[in-house]
Amino acid sequence: MSMYKVAVVGDKNSILGFKALGVATYPVTGGDEAARALSEIVREKVAVICITEAVAEQIKPQLEELNKRLLPAVVLIPNNQGSLGLGMMQIKKNAEKAIGADILFGKEGS
Amino acid sequence: MEIRVNPTRMEFNRLKGRLKMAQRGHKLLKDKRDELMRVFLKLVRENKELRTSVEKELSRSFANFLLASAVMSGETLEEAIMYPKAAVKVDVKTKNVMSVHVPQITNLEDKETEGDATPYGFANTSGELDSSIDTLAKVLPHLIRLAELEKAVYLLADEIDKTRRRVNALEHVLIPQLQHTIKYISMKLDENERGALVRLMKIKDIVRGDKK
Repeated sequence: MSMYKVAVVGDKNSILGFKALGVATYPVTGGDEAARALSEIVREKVAVICITEAVAEQIKPQLEELNKRLLPAVVLIPNNQGSLGLGMMQIKKNAEKAIGADILFGKEGS
Repeated sequence: MEIRVNPTRMEFNRLKGRLKMAQRGHKLLKDKRDELMRVFLKLVRENKELRTSVEKELSRSFANFLLASAVMSGETLEEAIMYPKAAVKVDVKTKNVMSVHVPQITNLEDKETEGDATPYGFANTSGELDSSIDTLAKVLPHLIRLAELEKAVYLLADEIDKTRRRVNALEHVLIPQLQHTIKYISMKLDENERGALVRLMKIKDIVRGDKK
């Protein structure tokens, strides 16, 4: 059985709470720092990366690359300022890609 | 639009074999697409619901944490959460859904820490921190499940897209092309046969004419 870790990337105030749970936290402030943290995480045995939406937006290309692989799984989480709706957007995009039409959000959106 | 071939019987048989194969492949791929779609729809609905609830829980936890950091000094706060009780570990297996490999992530929890996630004493910390950490601890398993779901949904969407392209290419391009070409060859062969027959009759006439 293999053990994998869980990592959280985001601004310090948002992710500090995760540290108390024993999750590996990577506090970052900008896009460059986030990219460096990400490449560091990828080298380790990490299965789940939680990343705040605000940070995720700055390192989109790297995240797209990770999406195609089996591991790690990237989850977008809101930061302490609230959700940007990027996570929901991703679900919507996937649904559109697979089905060809948006069936989940269409009714409520309009 | 047709494939350029020599109108021979051999080519005819070869193309008929290809057509049969293409039709079989088309049927199989269509079944694969339908099954993938069924799984996908199930997962994507769950994904949406889970994300909504997780985002709500997280923002509640963040609100409490904000309060805690306002009440407590920065140093005490960092000190309190500096040393977690246990590291979160997960186990990963892969599951095969119609030849798409999706991860299955399970949370390996230590029995000792269950129910009480706070790694600090209660003397110097505020109640807001407790509830914040508590909510976070509760939401973490959901978060891991969400990661697993979103990855699966992404991979499935990719595969469905690919499969659909293949089904369409077979249905609208390759199969009509083959059918067309087969028809062309069979016409040509029939024409040759008729030509040969007429030639034979003609020769027979000429030969008979000579004898008389």
